[in-house]
Amino acid sequence: MDWLNAIVQGILVGGLYAMFAAGLSLIFGVMRLVNIAHGDLIILASYLAWAIVHATGLHPLASLIIVVPLMAGFGYALQRGILNRTLGKDILPPLLVTFGLSVILQNGLLEYFTADSRKLDAGFLETSSFPLLPGINIGVLPLLMFVSAVAIIAGLQFLFYRTSLGRAFRATSDDTEIAQLMGLDNKKVYAWAMALCLAVVAIAGVFLAIRSNFDPFMGPGRLIFGFEAVIIGGLGNLWGTLVGGVILGVAQGLGAQVDPGYQLLAGHVTFLLVLAFRPTGLYPRVSG
Amino acid sequence: MPLSDEWLKIENLQSYYGDFQALHGVSLTLKKGDVISLIGSNGAGKSTLLKSICGLVSQKTGSITWKGEDILKFPASEIVKRGIALVPEGRRLFPSLSVEENLVLGGQVARPGPWSLSSVYGLFPILSEKKTAPSTSLSGGQQQMVAIGRALMSNPDLILLDELSLGLAPIVIKDIYELLPRITASGMSAILVEQDVTRALGAASHFICMQEGRVSLEGTPMGFTRDQISAAYFGT
Repeated sequence: MDWLNAIVQGILVGGLYAMFAAGLSLIFGVMRLVNIAHGDLIILASYLAWAIVHATGLHPLASLIIVVPLMAGFGYALQRGILNRTLGKDILPPLLVTFGLSVILQNGLLEYFTADSRKLDAGFLETSSFPLLPGINIGVLPLLMFVSAVAIIAGLQFLFYRTSLGRAFRATSDDTEIAQLMGLDNKKVYAWAMALCLAVVAIAGVFLAIRSNFDPFMGPGRLIFGFEAVIIGGLGNLWGTLVGGVILGVAQGLGAQVDPGYQLLAGHVTFLLVLAFRPTGLYPRVSG
Repeated sequence: MPLSDEWLKIENLQSYYGDFQALHGVSLTLKKGDVISLIGSNGAGKSTLLKSICGLVSQKTGSITWKGEDILKFPASEIVKRGIALVPEGRRLFPSLSVEENLVLGGQVARPGPWSLSSVYGLFPILSEKKTAPSTSLSGGQQQMVAIGRALMSNPDLILLDELSLGLAPIVIKDIYELLPRITASGMSAILVEQDVTRALGAASHFICMQEGRVSLEGTPMGFTRDQISAAYFGT
């Protein structure tokens, strides 16, 4: 029963990893940009929520009303002001610039919020649970995270394939030059994609901050989880990203069941195995 | 400046790709309703001229005036809003978009005019049967129809057609060329790039022959003999 429990809890944590990964996948899909600062942006959102909760006394989840638009706005400005200038035939400049951004964010957070670890207190939400089977209890918070992840991915999927913004994303990703002939300004399209990405990052950051302690240097670890989920699921496939997150979560849960020290290792080994045997991931995008 | 019927006026256009100069001082004038054929061998600069007009080549000097406005430095996304559309060489449909999505995206700039989804489907009935198909699953000729339809959807005043016949079967080329008069009937101007000189001269009221980035001959198809045209074409 302990093993089954580890699997169930792993699936639920996988939702959080899928949230880390969704934005990464979206940005790579639209503009072939690998954002090294993605994890640090998640932690930035966590601190932003923490600051808002402490200033206003809002419930952590209610702080999303402020954190999501703020992060989205920051994403739009970041893309238009900096990242658009790095995009081109050479893939190195965006890597270097986002790496630099990562260092700046970590040290900026350290300077402003100190190295003390923080946590958001969501009250009864964190401790409530209900029994699924004898010996398996589902926590309300992990369930809420998982449901949110599914909703976010369904929402992104809808936006990509059913709206004019999604059409603009796909067209720009297919052929930037011809997309401009359709009247699309690719710099604005990219900025909207980054805004959307950081809106998702904001939600992930708030859930992360409720679930566990966080400090200014946790970003790169979240980036790795996000990367692994994207690669396991297959690049450019949003539902695959959810599956990737779940597989990573379950692998970590099972590893921890063997020995708590194996938790991260089990996740990384699973990722390496997928990379070795299915280098394109489990559900690679069919065409393109 | 009063709006004359001289819609497009290009003077001494020099275009570059990096250090390579592709156009060496090209000038041309296009009036409302003109259909101009652009002929010349590979590498003569025909496609570069079209891409310079619609903004896809940004390294350029000289002047390009469209309806009295200097558009030389405009980005492509702004030029299409002013009524110049390109049907690119090789069609270049968006592979992750369906046929209808390609067309709808073409109409995104929402200029008023006769062209809409229904009129494009009226011109190319086969496309309405395939509207949900992935655009790249179509045959070459059908893809060319989508590419033309996509450009028409922006209701341009000038349509630039780059190598419509590239890679298509002769029978399909004939079909597409027979539809051209229906497209230009509403007073739309066109510049047509074509390798096939006979076809190009037959479809146009004027022609321009280019050679090594310069205009080597221009006029009406009737005004020159085949030998004169062929000399301008090959540079002999």
